[in-house]
Amino acid sequence: MTIRPDPTFHATPRLAMEAEPEKLAYTLLLSPDFSQPDALAVVDLDPKSATFGQVLSTLAMPHKGDEFHHFGWNACSSSLSPLTDHAFLERRYLIIPGLRSSRIYVVDTKPDPRHPTIHRVIEPEEVFRKTGYSRPHTIHCGPEGIYVSTLGGGGPDGTDGPPGIFIMDCQTFDVIGRWEIDRGPQDKHYDFWWNLPRDYMVSSEWALPPQFEGGIVPEQLLSNKYGHRLHFWDLRARKHVQVIDLGENHQMALEVRPAHDPVKEYGFVGVVVDTTNLEGSIWTWWREGGQFHCRKTATIPPEPADAADLPPLLQGFGAVPPLITDIDLSLDDRFLYVSCWGTGEMRQYDVSDPMQPKLAGSVHVGGIARKTPHPNGKAYAGGPQMVEISRDGKRVYWTNSLYSTWDDQFYPGGVPSAMVKADVGATGGLTLDPTFWPEFPQGYRAHQIRLEGGDCSTESFCYPSV
Amino acid sequence: MEGWAQAGLWLSVLLSGAYHGASPGMGWPLAVSAGLMGRGRRDLLLGMGQLAVVHLASILLVLLPFALILWLVAYQDQIRTGASLLVILFGIYRLVERRHPRRLARIRPGQLVLWSFAIALIHGAGLMILPIYLGLCGAEAHHAGGSTQLVSGNIGTAIAVAVLHTLAMVTVGGGVALAVHGWLGLGFVSRSWFNLETFWAISLIAVGLLGLVS
Repeated sequence: MTIRPDPTFHATPRLAMEAEPEKLAYTLLLSPDFSQPDALAVVDLDPKSATFGQVLSTLAMPHKGDEFHHFGWNACSSSLSPLTDHAFLERRYLIIPGLRSSRIYVVDTKPDPRHPTIHRVIEPEEVFRKTGYSRPHTIHCGPEGIYVSTLGGGGPDGTDGPPGIFIMDCQTFDVIGRWEIDRGPQDKHYDFWWNLPRDYMVSSEWALPPQFEGGIVPEQLLSNKYGHRLHFWDLRARKHVQVIDLGENHQMALEVRPAHDPVKEYGFVGVVVDTTNLEGSIWTWWREGGQFHCRKTATIPPEPADAADLPPLLQGFGAVPPLITDIDLSLDDRFLYVSCWGTGEMRQYDVSDPMQPKLAGSVHVGGIARKTPHPNGKAYAGGPQMVEISRDGKRVYWTNSLYSTWDDQFYPGGVPSAMVKADVGATGGLTLDPTFWPEFPQGYRAHQIRLEGGDCSTESFCYPSV
Repeated sequence: MEGWAQAGLWLSVLLSGAYHGASPGMGWPLAVSAGLMGRGRRDLLLGMGQLAVVHLASILLVLLPFALILWLVAYQDQIRTGASLLVILFGIYRLVERRHPRRLARIRPGQLVLWSFAIALIHGAGLMILPIYLGLCGAEAHHAGGSTQLVSGNIGTAIAVAVLHTLAMVTVGGGVALAVHGWLGLGFVSRSWFNLETFWAISLIAVGLLGLVS
């Protein structure tokens, strides 16, 4: 507990944009063959520093085989609402779940943010026993503490009961229990986010553990067995209120990105692949008259390719699907960044009109067939994947790995860690920074990035930016 | 001397109200938010009004039972001691228990009335004023005649204390909310927020101790 609110808490998205730029990034590293413990790398982002763009330290975990994926801060700007009495929490701890092990690490970034330490380890048994869920994924701090979405239910393969969300105490990090009181028809899970003053939550669907842990299952995908629905929830009542089916051919609805300004009642979700034509798509959802609606507002076509350039999984199609695996929205709700992990492209859409995204910028790097090198001449394996935007919207960072077993299917040559930085033009447009190329330890793959002081996929706000 | 003491007690009623009004944790940012998310100043004032009415009710809830039992003139000292001990115990509880009241998080953002009631109860806003109120009743008892007169006098004092405290609270809180809404901007929310939990808990204990010795 502090005497003043954490200086990285901002009442509105605009105040967060005007604050000091980020100086450090925390990047998750996973060992794809589980031979080393997964790790958290600290990368210097301060352009004035002599070590700019370099890895300052890596914190190796005490266990192997966790498979790090997503993670989050224990507290964010939403603490500035008097409603929950959280104003004096510190943004200090990173909550890092192991997607494969169901173990959760609480990492302390103080007193030295360049050398974080392990504060607490929550063993998988505690998660299983208290929640009946497994495979923790997305972390958000909110009114009732820390919310954790999971991809698996109980049992060894995670199919004994549906996956869901559980709550952790925001001070002690004890696992408290399931969040849902009424889950309605929800039986798969992936990402979730919310609009706090409007009191609703939106969640998406990827797949059940047998559909992803050993790799993508082509027969399941082609018979449209992966997730394709959005769920809308009453946040405080913990109740499911509405489901929207995007159509079964729209396989894998992943990241949910609501507008940051709570006055706006809309957001976006990315769909990995349309099984009828291999397109990727962006959907806009919105609330009107108490009902939620959703519409496809942008599509990205597949790119034809020689079978010789394709992994066995795609050879029959003679094309590379864009594979939209992550999207991220700038704090001013103006630009939506779309990772095309298959075709090796980062797209920037102007979503000032959320119903009509306009392509404003694009950068190619990596890709299954294109294999575009980084402007510094180095090979970039994989494609643009987990993307994070600086609070001021001027810099975009991303990494290249999706998920250990899926990486091997789409990029059989391997996906050594890469993290890049692109600069955003004043009116849009993206340019890769040739000088930014951190060298991560060998044998790792890089996944989600968190910025010191908060970022665009962390912060929720309780006051509008007027 | 007695007049001065009484004036001091009334001043504390006003000051504690102003303090509750100015503290972001007691709700003015919610009134600003109501204004910004809704129809502007009208919703802001409506929100502030809701906060104030419930604040008043939660204080009366603590004061009125004491107003009613104070007619037991024979037990006045015991009642005063009991009330002081209650306030001290609550202060110690606030000092020791630092975990967030998780039930608060189940209250919807639209339920300002319920929230305001819960937060006043949790922080012991009414308890803080209780020893001051009992002090005022004690001062008046010297002038009162029969016990009926005493009871109605005590109830009148309770209402006066609660109303005066709430008026100070709503004037200061509403003023800050309007200023933030009009020109200070939302940066003021974090700039004006101090963690006074410890100070608050110690104040409760101090007020209780004063009640014990006086």
